[in-house]
Amino acid sequence: MTTVDEVTTPTEQEPAPAPPRRRPGRPNWRLRLRRDWPLLLMVTPVIVLLLIFHYLPTLGNVIAFQDYSPYVGIRDSEFIGLANFSRLFSEGAFWSALANTLTITTFQLVFFFPIPILLALLLNSVLSVRIRTIIQGVVYLPHFFSWVLVVSLFQQMIGGAGLLAQSLRSHGFHAVDLMTKPDSFILLVTFQAVWKDAGWGMIVFLAALSTINPALYEAAAADGANRWRRLWHITLPGLRPVIVLLLILRLGDALTVGFEQFILQRNAVGADAAEVLDTYVYFEGLLSGDFGYGAAAGLFKGVVGLVLVLVANKFAHLVGEQGVYSRS
Amino acid sequence: MSSHAVNPAAAATTGPPGRAERPVWEEEPTRISRVGKPVVLAIVFLIIAFPLYVVVVTSLSSTEAVTRAGGLVVVPRDLTVAAYVQLLSGGVVTRALVISTAITAVGTAFSLLITMLAAYGLSRPGSLWHRPLLFVVLLTFLFGPGIIPSYLLVNSLGLIDSYGSLILPTAISAFNLIVMRAFFMGIPNELIDSARIDGAGEFAVLTRIVMPLSKAVVAVVGLFYAVGYWNAFFNAMLYLNDNTKWPLQLVLRTYIVQQQALPSGAGGVTASPGLGLTPAPSLAIKMAIVVLAVVPVLLVYPFIQKHFTKGVIVGAVKG
Repeated sequence: MTTVDEVTTPTEQEPAPAPPRRRPGRPNWRLRLRRDWPLLLMVTPVIVLLLIFHYLPTLGNVIAFQDYSPYVGIRDSEFIGLANFSRLFSEGAFWSALANTLTITTFQLVFFFPIPILLALLLNSVLSVRIRTIIQGVVYLPHFFSWVLVVSLFQQMIGGAGLLAQSLRSHGFHAVDLMTKPDSFILLVTFQAVWKDAGWGMIVFLAALSTINPALYEAAAADGANRWRRLWHITLPGLRPVIVLLLILRLGDALTVGFEQFILQRNAVGADAAEVLDTYVYFEGLLSGDFGYGAAAGLFKGVVGLVLVLVANKFAHLVGEQGVYSRS
Repeated sequence: MSSHAVNPAAAATTGPPGRAERPVWEEEPTRISRVGKPVVLAIVFLIIAFPLYVVVVTSLSSTEAVTRAGGLVVVPRDLTVAAYVQLLSGGVVTRALVISTAITAVGTAFSLLITMLAAYGLSRPGSLWHRPLLFVVLLTFLFGPGIIPSYLLVNSLGLIDSYGSLILPTAISAFNLIVMRAFFMGIPNELIDSARIDGAGEFAVLTRIVMPLSKAVVAVVGLFYAVGYWNAFFNAMLYLNDNTKWPLQLVLRTYIVQQQALPSGAGGVTASPGLGLTPAPSLAIKMAIVVLAVVPVLLVYPFIQKHFTKGVIVGAVKG
């Protein structure tokens, strides 16, 4: 450990003047600045970029409270209080987008979330190292594909001119276009999400499985526990911290459902089924030039999302899990 | 979680190939699992691999093959590279490829450089202000600025229709920064202190001591950035009105997802491949665009796979 009053940088040319008021055990900040300025210089580009491209636009959300016009600018646009929000909450399309978002989140929590766990358990039980490596290599891969690519591939398989429609037609059946059907859209996006990211989601469970002490299984087997009892009493408790952590993260993200995925497919399926909060902000705010109103919708999503993360984390602490962050 | 978490994949790639023994205390596998497991694994494999296979085969097919199949081709017959020759001899797709490659190269170099500097700058215990600065980075996990304020900012900075708009707003991934910092913190302080005593400044410590010890994590973070830049499409859609500046993903969206007709002739796709090849069918050309978008990812993927279990997972698990 570097003790803080060690001065080892070669930039230190002359002994620093004696600090006037010195807290015990902690050198004067000027002394530390002399020592640490190269480190601060290294951090500067990242901090500056984050301030400009993350924090500054976050402050720019004040336009949610303005009758914003790009010709007048943020400084001179008129403040109109909560008018944008009251318009938002009286808009049927907004509630429909919110309902779609929550429906899809819930659906994916039930039908997507368990799949990486099942995949990890399955793969963990495969004895052949070669098969395991091959399958891992294949299932991680789609995580690195862009959403444009994933949607393109799905279109070629099950779209109106895709392979499924093509073979149905050639066998004299009626062709279907599963990419534009509003009724089955929720199944489609969930399947796409599973196809793209279930394998990637499996990694963290595989890592957790590998930390479970194998002697526990042997001892349990010696005590007469069969494979299901071992799964229930050893494997699942071993995975619990990871499962809780990922559930919290997912809950905090409840209002986000694959932004690019929906932007790409919203028009083909129609707003009734495919409008979610993010696409609502994009289409109703940005594309129609209604900036203040769109920012209000975006801010609503951001604030609710932040509250959800904090609540979920608090809840995790209450039930004795580690959560995403702690106070330390 | 304990710090010696090791992904089985790491063991699988480094350990001797072969077959682990079933422990003696474990029951014989039931008949259902003996049959079911390979079937499920085969289905998983095919669901991911089959679409890629069909797209590649179709992109290499001639007009007759496409006509005979009635569209996408599953059984390869008389393959030709005409579609690729047509796409790569100038026009929309060639230009998009060049743009995407350049953005990926420049963006990755820039992101990796500033991420490494900041990760090191924040990794030394007891350094001045490292806690508040780290807090500035971590806080970005909790909220995003939102699409509309980001758009207005990029607009007011005059970055609309410039390639800077595709790099600067997304140049930092806080996640990558934290992963790299966690790795740097694991480097023993004695090593760094001894270099300092020998007269090395912080930059020399970073380039001579820290980086040679962190090749794996630097490689993985670099590849993550590269894949991110290559795959990005939304910022390009938002910030580039001029369609002659479009990267490949936006071309893919326009001509494949939205199914607009590819422009033919000088500005679009060359009508004849030359070299004595017959022109490729438009379906093969479209599928070739898809393949061109996948290939770079496939090329770097083995490197990511080799390093990420060691670098990323262990780092992330340690926190």
